[in-house]
Amino acid sequence: MQRRMHTGLKLHLGLFFAFLYVPVLVLMVLSFNRAGLPTVWTGFSLDWYGKLFTADPIIRAARNTLVVAVASTVLATVIGTLLAVGVETRRNSPFLDAILFAPMIIPDIVLAIALLSFYTAISLTLGLHSIILSHVVFNIAFVVAVVRTRMRHFDHSMLEASADLGASEFTTFRRVLLPTIAPGVIAGALLSFTLSVDEFIIAFFTAGAGQSSTTLPMQIYSMIRFGVTPEINAMATIVMLVSFTLVLLAQRADRRVFTQ
Amino acid sequence: MKTEGTESKPGTALARIGLAAVLSMGAMAGAAQADKIVISNWDGYMPADLLENFTAATGIEAELSLHGTNEEIMGKVVAGGGKGYDVLFVSSPFAEALHNLGLAAEIDHDKVPNMANLYPEAMQLAHDPGNSFSVPYAWGTTGLCYRSDMMEAPTSWNDLLEPSDDLKGKVTMLSTDRWLMGAAALAMGKSLNDTSEETLSAAKEKLIAAKQDLLSYDDTTFYQKVVSGEATMVHAWDGWCNYGIAENADIKYVVPSEGSDLWVDTIVITAASENSEAAHAFVDYVLGEDVGIWVASNILYKTPNQKAMDALDASLLESFPNMAMEPSELIKYEQLRDLGEGQKAFARTVTEIMAAQ
Amino acid sequence: MRNRLKSVILLGPGLGWLALLMVVPCGLIFTYSVFERGVYGGIDYTFTLENFRRAADPLFLGIFLRSAKIAGLATLIAILIAYPAAFAITRAPRDWQTALLILVILPFWSNYLIRTYAWIVMLNREGLINNGLAGLGVIDEPLPLLYNSFAVVVGLVYNYTPFVVLAIYASLNRINRETIEASEDLGASGWVTFWRVIVPQTVPGIAAGGVFVFVLSIGNFITPDLLGGGRLQMVGNLIYDQFLSARDWPFGATLSMFLIALMMILLFAQAMVARRAAGEGAG
Repeated sequence: MQRRMHTGLKLHLGLFFAFLYVPVLVLMVLSFNRAGLPTVWTGFSLDWYGKLFTADPIIRAARNTLVVAVASTVLATVIGTLLAVGVETRRNSPFLDAILFAPMIIPDIVLAIALLSFYTAISLTLGLHSIILSHVVFNIAFVVAVVRTRMRHFDHSMLEASADLGASEFTTFRRVLLPTIAPGVIAGALLSFTLSVDEFIIAFFTAGAGQSSTTLPMQIYSMIRFGVTPEINAMATIVMLVSFTLVLLAQRADRRVFTQ
Repeated sequence: MKTEGTESKPGTALARIGLAAVLSMGAMAGAAQADKIVISNWDGYMPADLLENFTAATGIEAELSLHGTNEEIMGKVVAGGGKGYDVLFVSSPFAEALHNLGLAAEIDHDKVPNMANLYPEAMQLAHDPGNSFSVPYAWGTTGLCYRSDMMEAPTSWNDLLEPSDDLKGKVTMLSTDRWLMGAAALAMGKSLNDTSEETLSAAKEKLIAAKQDLLSYDDTTFYQKVVSGEATMVHAWDGWCNYGIAENADIKYVVPSEGSDLWVDTIVITAASENSEAAHAFVDYVLGEDVGIWVASNILYKTPNQKAMDALDASLLESFPNMAMEPSELIKYEQLRDLGEGQKAFARTVTEIMAAQ
Repeated sequence: MRNRLKSVILLGPGLGWLALLMVVPCGLIFTYSVFERGVYGGIDYTFTLENFRRAADPLFLGIFLRSAKIAGLATLIAILIAYPAAFAITRAPRDWQTALLILVILPFWSNYLIRTYAWIVMLNREGLINNGLAGLGVIDEPLPLLYNSFAVVVGLVYNYTPFVVLAIYASLNRINRETIEASEDLGASGWVTFWRVIVPQTVPGIAAGGVFVFVLSIGNFITPDLLGGGRLQMVGNLIYDQFLSARDWPFGATLSMFLIALMMILLFAQAMVARRAAGEGAG
């Protein structure tokens, strides 16, 4: 299949990436800011990187955030994909639609207080696991919404054809359905991960007391009162450079496999 | 075909990480110890090595939990009953509300001998005379933080609420409900805790008019705006203005002639604490001289710890004159109190002001 | 029997999760709406309908409409930016598509707060944009870019456009290439093919992405606070304040129910329009 990309499209994509990355560059430059003022440039310094490497709480919070985001993404992607397939292969139900919209529109603070009250009522010990349980709630809704758009025009006769050829339901799901909806699943997983990494209020309420369940957003918001220091920018800079490099490396490896 | 092959690998890897994460969490949940206390505080509001030193001195394990605002930790403690937390750092109206809701423990003064380090004035605070459920940790005023190289010294709250032409668009105000309304109440000579209809509606009118002349509302980065010169004068808590002064000596702080509120940050032991002995030992440790000195010289807040204030370096008081304010002066100002029945009308007024265009 | 089992496997885990961790807990909170606020902020279990009378206040409807306007504007702009970007990504070589998608979302693995600080640095009176334009001689006086609704919209568009790209990418990628070729074989120009064949098929993706921006924007409060200078209030902020500043849970619960009802109406209206548009395109 020959693919063409119009010059205008290329230009738009370039401008779009500039729009996305210029603020990131600003954020990275601020990680070298001498004084601890997050919005005023005061001179160059590498101190914050040194401080970051000895700042155990920040590193620990970053690790906790990663655990929460990965676990809630995996759970929500699997559960949400099944749910989307299930909903799209049956009759339209406004009631089901409402239930699936709800996690997106219930205000965060309501879900946060509701979940903490509920966990307390059933005497659930709080920790990272309770944040994960809670993040899955809203992540499911986003995964379902994306995967459903992909199911909307799915040719259901393909499922029947596969069944007629004697394939089991599971094989049909894996071989016919999954490859078709894969881009939706990937998009849903990326959405979930991004939402979870940055979520504060639900995490704060459903976290256990203590450092073992402090996530990075909780750490950062508690710094506001005495100034969010550029250590956080240093952290973000490292995270982004590492992710960027990993994406490019994976890409090269991918291409090699592809050209062989 | 190729896409399927490469996608399945990260898929299984992710599933494995997810499984490992869930398993390790089970282990973590079980590891919670009984003989340990958990303290919730803002990041950076106590010495970084305080807990380590406390454990070395007393043998009690202590862990730091973090909160971003009084409102958030209060909401969490109300919804969860405070389970898991032993000691909380909150501002005085919140300590008062925790007490009223039965969520704060009585403080046994026999177990806190360092209470003697406090100024006598700090034992007679309006929200809790005799410190029966809260212990003050830091205190101060709310006033105006301004660039003395760009304007004359302000004298009245009306200099903020009705700024002169050259200050229009160069001032910011706090939008946290009690302080926003406090500025108007002080300007009108009313009590900070007055929720009568005429006071609320007069304050509303004043604040909606003031909104037109603001650069912005700002509760978190206002001192940076004075440093950069973006704002010439900001509504500020004294300690935060000191962070601006530390960057630029032309920045000055003044309490307007009509007065200020007396804000007090306190330490509370939760009623849910299962280790009250250890929590008391922690409160006692924090009231020691060293921690007080650290707060004053690093956070640039005044502390009600007389022993610590007396031991401060004179140069500190010179650089930050508001640190030298005497307790006898401070105590003249009114404290913010829990509003009780008046809260509904108060909240609605604040919403109207914030929604006004 | 078989179909029933299939439904249980597909729907069971998800609906079970939402029933247990959303419907039940939030349902309990919503029952507070018929009780009174305790004097000190707890719940006083005396039956009352007072909260509903208070919530019917035009003040709150006004705040909802104003924040819906800002959120709607952000949604529109986000879609206009995201659509061609997502389209371009689907036209890139297949082995680059996932990488490009990750690169789109990567900036958002940093914290919202420090991203917002970066925008303050850019939009300031003395900020990068104003200094840049002044340096080029385009402007004499700095433009008022910060602490107004313009800045809020910019912040919302920046943070949520990538979500629209993901949603639209998911639907665009699905387009049947044969339909496009058929259209081109029949002599339709690229533009006509795009407008008549491609766009209608991606309506579900546009709708889903639009919903993401709208719901995330209307609940946002960091951007209105920091970039809007606190002058604009979004609905999220209003409800947050009822629960945490005023500690009036019964009233907060009532306002939330009003908000959810309004949003449900909007969403169902949107879904109906989207379904009709998609149906016309396919037919």
